[in-house]
This record gives sequence, structure tokens and C-alpha cells, in this order.
Amino acid sequence: MRLVRRPFFWIIAAVIATFALAPTYGNNVELREGLLLATVYIILASNLNMMLGYAGYVNFGGIVFFGLGGYFCVWLMSAFGWPLVAATLTGGVAVSALALLFGLGILRLRGAYFALATVGVNEAVMAFVTNFGPWGGSTGIYLSPALFGPLGGPAKALWTIYYLLVGVMGLSLYLSYTVKSSKFGLGLLAIGQNEDAASVLGVPTPRYKAAVYSLSAFLPAIAGGLYFFKGAFIQPPDAFDLQLSTETIVIAMLGGQGTVTGPALGAYLYEELRGWLLTSPTFSNFQLVIAGGLLLVIVLFAPGGLMGLIYRRWPRLRRILE
Amino acid sequence: MSALLEVAGLSKRFGGVQAVDSLSFAVEEGSILGLIGPNGAGKSTVFNLINGVIPPDEGRVRFRGADVTGAPPYRVARHGLARTNQIVQPFMTMTVLENCIVGACFGRENLPLSSARETAREAATLVGLEDRLETLASQLTIAGKKRLELARALAARPTLLLLDEVLAGLNPTEVERMIGTLRTIRARGVSILMIEHLMQAIMSLSDRIVVLNTGTKLAEGLPAEVAADPQVIEAYLGDPGLAGTLREAGR
Repeated sequence: MRLVRRPFFWIIAAVIATFALAPTYGNNVELREGLLLATVYIILASNLNMMLGYAGYVNFGGIVFFGLGGYFCVWLMSAFGWPLVAATLTGGVAVSALALLFGLGILRLRGAYFALATVGVNEAVMAFVTNFGPWGGSTGIYLSPALFGPLGGPAKALWTIYYLLVGVMGLSLYLSYTVKSSKFGLGLLAIGQNEDAASVLGVPTPRYKAAVYSLSAFLPAIAGGLYFFKGAFIQPPDAFDLQLSTETIVIAMLGGQGTVTGPALGAYLYEELRGWLLTSPTFSNFQLVIAGGLLLVIVLFAPGGLMGLIYRRWPRLRRILE
Repeated sequence: MSALLEVAGLSKRFGGVQAVDSLSFAVEEGSILGLIGPNGAGKSTVFNLINGVIPPDEGRVRFRGADVTGAPPYRVARHGLARTNQIVQPFMTMTVLENCIVGACFGRENLPLSSARETAREAATLVGLEDRLETLASQLTIAGKKRLELARALAARPTLLLLDEVLAGLNPTEVERMIGTLRTIRARGVSILMIEHLMQAIMSLSDRIVVLNTGTKLAEGLPAEVAADPQVIEAYLGDPGLAGTLREAGR
């Protein structure tokens, strides 16, 4: 495999190993919970980045994939007794297919109109689910603790879910890298820079945009399934939380949109910052104030994010970190 | 010789303006056809109608025997028609080589990424950008960006090249260089349909000329014939200097 010779492959491998081993050592549950949130952030940001950073489309409602994935998984498990892996994978495929449909509808729009439409998709789906009986309407779905049985009881199940999320995080980074270094990725980057010029040069823009929108839904949906299974509970306001969507955009831009490493770096730093601010008793959700400020600073002074600054200082790193 | 591109009865209206009015012409294989006309005559609109940037209200566009009327630009590009834009539109944060790779990857030959690199390099060399391959497009001069626009189109290995004022904004030395490049391209068997305001240049490059005025065809013929046509001179009369240049170039 050619990939094995790329330094980036080893960086992903090292990150996964660190995430997998650090909390295992000494059975550190507190560290695991912090890192678990970081994996979710990395998965969301890195998949969002394929839309935002590659194709140049601001998806404000990306969280709809996460929430729908959660619903599919929790519903399949509670109503039909499906095993976890089958339920999450089915959720991923179903949400990707739905995203393709949404995408064909809203990807005719550009710029701010597209961004607003993505918020609309999220709100519409939330309104639908809130009134959808089989999914518990506004009260949501509770999972019976018995469902943790096949995974060796709740305590062990939490570790399994964590490892699965670390795996999905690795896949997200790998996907992000593979797409970027492919012809498909080149087409997306061209669309992101100048869609009309790309089309004139032969890039099949509608097909590519729909494909990346659908692709960027798959792993977040799987992460949603794992995440809400872990909580054993899902309800509309948690599943379709626009705040998390906005945070994801800040994360991708903080790390450096369009780069593979950036969203991961941004997610980790943001999660650390959030954890640190949460311990402050004076403010709840103070990270949002910081996030807003950060976004302003990034947009005004460092549109390339942290990776943009790093690459400007050491251009040769671009080849290694991607 | 057979017609590579055939335009028949093409019309386009923008609100109250008839931008193009039942226009017909053909580009023969291996030839250079010049499209001239005063500002606002509808030349760029004709390009946009041909490569599908905007669909025509009426009329047909046939390219290499296939009807491509109203087909989206990326499909027309795949057929082997490449174009440059009047206002250059490079992918600013990509390098010169990457810009050309996009052209090669999605052009007529639909190359995979691995072999597109070589084709892209050739195209950049042909326009004289071979020592700028790793430069970001945003760092090129205007002349450089114009060359890049041409290289990107060439990397697609087109059978027909639509050039929208590639000489505009260049200084005399750069114009000379560009004309040389265009001759080389033509010698390689690429047919060209070009819009140009620099009369000497287009008169000497073109095999035939089509003159457009207020969206209709005013005249068509050999450069010398067109330059001597009283109607053409009249269309340009708002600018007597230009009419003089036309006659001059025709001789």
C-alpha cells in the first residue's frame, strides 16, 4: 500500500493509538469521557470540513446527520432489538441516502442561501421528529439498560463505545485524507475556489456536490448512533442541537478549513478549552462566548486557521501534515 | 474540411435586450475563426451560449456532430471544447500546476490524477509557464494569469478552444509572445474560435472573421473582405480610429 509510506498515515495511527491507550492505562474514566467528546468533535468537524473546507459550502445544519443517525440507531435497537453495530451502520447508510435527497434539493443554492437552507433542513427534520409517533415524539426514546447486556454490562459497554468512536474518528481522518488526495477531492477544491470556472473546465459540479454532501453525512450519523446509545436516551432538542453545529464550524475554522489535520487539532483544542471553562462556576456554556470571539478573530486575522499559520511559517510541513 | 462547431439560429434575450439574434456560423476543423464587433455586440454571450453557461432561447449548437444545445458546461467540456474567460478566473490558492491538473483531469480525456500531472506540465510549458509550476496562481501577474487561463484550457486537450480576449491587457511584447503561442497551438491541430479587440492580431491570425453587431451577424468572410466591407466600417464608425485600423490591417 502506497499510503503506508506517507507520513500522514503514521500520524493518524499515532493519534488513534494515543486516544485508545491513554485512558485505558489506569482505567481513567474521567479522561475517557473528555476524549470521547473530543472524538465526537473531531468526527463532526472533519466530515463538515469536506463540505466547508473542500467544496466551500457552509453547512450550518450538519448536526442533522448526527441526530438522525442517533435516532435510527436507538430506534432500531429499542423497537426491533437490532445489535449495536448493525443498527449504527444501517443508520449511517439511511442518513447518507437522505442527505443525497436533501442535497439534490438545496445544493442549487449558493453562499448564504445554502447556509440558511441547511439550518432549514435541520429545523424541519426536528419538527418532523418531534411529531413522529414511532420515534417517541417530543419525549424521545429511552433505551432499556438490558440492551447493554450483550456488550458485557454498562461499565464495559462504555469502553466499547469509546473504542468504536475512536475507530470512527480514525476513519474520518482517513476519509478526509483520501478524498483530498483524489481526483474527486481536486474537483471539490476547484468548486470551493470558483464553482463557475470549475464547471467550465469540466468538473461535474452538481454530482460532486451531492456526493460530498451525502458522504459527509455517513460517519457523523454513525457517531450519532454510538453517542446516543451511550446516553441510552434521545430526544429532539439534544439530537438536532444547532449550537453543536455552530461549534463544529468554529472548530473546523480554528484548526484550518480545507486541511486534513486542522479540524482534528481544532476539535482537540476546543474540547480542552471547553473542559477548562466548564469548571468555572460563574458561567455555564461560557465556551460559546469564547467560540464567538474566536470565530471573529479567525475570520478577520487568520482565515486559514491554525494550520494556515503553521503552513505559512513552515511551508514544507504542508506535504507532511496534509 | 467539415464543420467542427455549427451554430444555427441562436437567440438569447435578457429582459428587453435581444443580446443575440438568430445567429448562425460554423468553425471548420483546423481553422481559426475570429469573432469581432463593437462593445456590447453580444460576443461573450455567444460564447456563454455555446459552452452552456447560459441556455439559448432558440437555436442549436452542434459540436463534433453532437447536439450540445443547453447542455451544462461540464458536459460540453467533456466533449472537447475548452474556453478561457475574458476576466481571468484562476483557482487562486492552487499552484499553476494544480490549476492545469484540474483542466487535464476533467477535460476531454478525463484523465486519472496520476497521468494528468504530465499533461498539465506539457500545457504549462506550451504557454511558457514551465518555471512557474509551483507558484500560487494569486501571485502571477496579469499576463501570467492570462497564460494560466490558456494553459488550463489546453490541459484539457480540447479539439476546439474558445478564447475570450486573451490579448486584452497585455503589453506589446506580451501580445507578440501570446500570438506566437496561439500559432503553435493551432499548428498542433486545435481549432480556435476567438473574440478579440486587437484588430491587427485577429486579422492576421484568423482564417475567417464573423462580425457581430447588436446580436446579429453583420458580415462574414476572409479578414481582408470583412475589413473592406462598408457596413463593418460603419458599425465601427463611432470610433473612426478603429475603422482606420481595420482597413489598415485588411491590406
